[in-house]
Amino acid sequence: MNLPVLVGLMVVKITLVLVVFLTTIAYVVLMERKVLGFIQLRYGPNRVGPWGLLQPLADMIKLLFKEEFTPPHANKTLFVLAPMIVAITAFMPFAAIPFADRILPDSLTIYGYQVDLTVAALNRGVIADVNIGLLYIFAISSLAVYGAVIGGWASNNKYSLLGGLRLCAQMVSYEVALGLSVIGVLMVAGSLSLVTIVEAQKSMWFIVYQPLGFLLYLCAAFAECARTPFDLIECENELVAGYQTEYSSMKWGLLMLGEYGHMIIASALAVTLFLGGWQGPFLPPIVWFLIKTFALIFLFIWVRGTYPRFRFDQLMYFGWKVLIPLALFNILLTGVVMMYL
Amino acid sequence: MNGAQTMPQTETMVLNLGPQHPSTHGVLRVVLELDGELIVKADPDIGYLHRGIEKMCEFRTYHQCLPLTDRIDYLAGSANNLGFVLAVEKLLGVEVPKRGQYIRVMIAELTRISSHLFWLGTHGHDLGAMTPLFYAFREREKLMDLFEMVWGGRLFPCYFRIGGLAADLPEGFTDQVWEFVETFPKKIEDYENLLTHNRIWIARTKGVGVMSPDEVLDWGWSGPMARGSGVDWDLRRDNPYSRYEDFDFVVPLGSNGDTYDRYLVRMEEMRQSNRIVRQVLENLPSGDINVADPRVALPPKERVYNNIEALINHFLIIEEGVIPPVGEVYQAIEAPKGELGFYIASDGTGHPLRVKIRAPSFANLAALGKLAKGRLLSDLIALIGTMDIVLADVDR
Repeated sequence: MNLPVLVGLMVVKITLVLVVFLTTIAYVVLMERKVLGFIQLRYGPNRVGPWGLLQPLADMIKLLFKEEFTPPHANKTLFVLAPMIVAITAFMPFAAIPFADRILPDSLTIYGYQVDLTVAALNRGVIADVNIGLLYIFAISSLAVYGAVIGGWASNNKYSLLGGLRLCAQMVSYEVALGLSVIGVLMVAGSLSLVTIVEAQKSMWFIVYQPLGFLLYLCAAFAECARTPFDLIECENELVAGYQTEYSSMKWGLLMLGEYGHMIIASALAVTLFLGGWQGPFLPPIVWFLIKTFALIFLFIWVRGTYPRFRFDQLMYFGWKVLIPLALFNILLTGVVMMYL
Repeated sequence: MNGAQTMPQTETMVLNLGPQHPSTHGVLRVVLELDGELIVKADPDIGYLHRGIEKMCEFRTYHQCLPLTDRIDYLAGSANNLGFVLAVEKLLGVEVPKRGQYIRVMIAELTRISSHLFWLGTHGHDLGAMTPLFYAFREREKLMDLFEMVWGGRLFPCYFRIGGLAADLPEGFTDQVWEFVETFPKKIEDYENLLTHNRIWIARTKGVGVMSPDEVLDWGWSGPMARGSGVDWDLRRDNPYSRYEDFDFVVPLGSNGDTYDRYLVRMEEMRQSNRIVRQVLENLPSGDINVADPRVALPPKERVYNNIEALINHFLIIEEGVIPPVGEVYQAIEAPKGELGFYIASDGTGHPLRVKIRAPSFANLAALGKLAKGRLLSDLIALIGTMDIVLADVDR
């Protein structure tokens, strides 16, 4: 009897979160342009709206009105499929990330019905409190590689192909390092559920127990999001735009959404795993979550404004011979400490 | 069934890099044969910006050739002008007064700084470092403002004329150059903070594109490219022109001959150029800027307006230009990108019989195929960046 109400509430919640997430992506793009402008002695967008605040909207409208161009001899189905995969895999992981503590009371009375909101964690600041949350996020985000590889292949362009190949190798390598770097956190928290992990950091953030793990996670996350200094897959100086070369219009927009979505997810996940999630004094939990996430996004942008780019073989070397051994060492160290202390 | 048959057949891929590509610095086309990311063969294809400047010179008076030389290496217009006017002056057998020569040195060195700044920005950007581009362009923009004060334009100066300069320096110019000279060393530190000790930058540039001193001589490299390999050759010091012997500067040398050393050499060259400009400012003499010979230099304007002989003189120089004796001459200068030489043959008429320009970028680019072979695609981009080529200079 409460089912329709519950489903309705769930849909409202998901839509709200999705809309907020999409808007955040748009404004992270603006933030990146502004911060880079600040670093590079220029203004960034400042014409559309006050401080360029309407720039993302203008960009979006522009992209929607651009011609949908598919290059001749491209595999049309795969060509269209690729941006979808990239965008969807960027949105889905957010379902498991707790962005606040409690957002609603345990039960509500709607039209005389007593609705129990603890069902499906409706009252919590998370869409789905899955007990394998972390595994779910890694599983979904590693699917993103298909989008890029398919896009690179289907474009029928040599630059795209090279970009797709680079991305494939990079993602697969750094996926391993990324997975290994968070094992320490799992060992300390004793759970894969992100909600439990955040709650376990009530007294102390895990970055204190896992400083090495945090650094390794950051490095691997930069590579996973293909951000400078690991942005080899789309470096315009070598591969024009990598696997995105032939994309235009909203298809390109979706690839961009995916890229920035991954960046936000990576930052939010770092906050959840190492920086205490929404925990923090005085301010409401959601504010703390946003502050921490945006601080990390700022770090992403800052690094982009500072560092040159790795070469492909150096990237592989760094992943397999530096990050992975260090991550294994971190797991060993955590195990030893947990055993004897 | 042997193993070889079951192995998948692999073949190389031909990639057409350019002529429209973000980091080929203009319209360079490189036909690449790639085995994965490995370059099997790199074949630079040039000529997309060929304008026939050498041939065009044959139908123009010497003065009319001057604007064409602006467009050889458009990032260092004054350096090209200097090479040409020095060659014609050598042919004519005239010498510009000291003030004119000192001003030429100052402008040439500011041009070198401007050209190197452009190289720094684009080279950094090619390797993924975005910010040095904007930092370098901040200073380059200051230089452009200075240049604009002198000749009204930015890239195409035509300020050096046969027998002197177009005009004396404008009022307040030296003060502004002083300001630049005082602040510039600090700015170089800014760039170096971003790159010089950056581990990624070193990893990307060290050991890439190594040339031994012997190879440098074989391939005819010059300028910072040769000095990066330790070839101690700088025309400003070893074959001075325009009174470079009056100034004290160090010629920086590299030791490994790789991209990183060439980077260090160019950074130091900017410091040294700054030193030279400072010395010019300290010792700038007063006096004439043009030679007194009425067959070479235009008479002063007030005499043109008030004196019929001067007016005729003015017309003759404009219409016929300078008329050098029969002969041929080669004059090379140390342009920002290397040795820029002008060979001019004269048949005793008002326009040259033949002009040959020895452009540094052309000789430097020739070794691209050799250096890129067996390296990764990313290294090719680093190599194009370190060569500091301007395709207008290559193709002419």
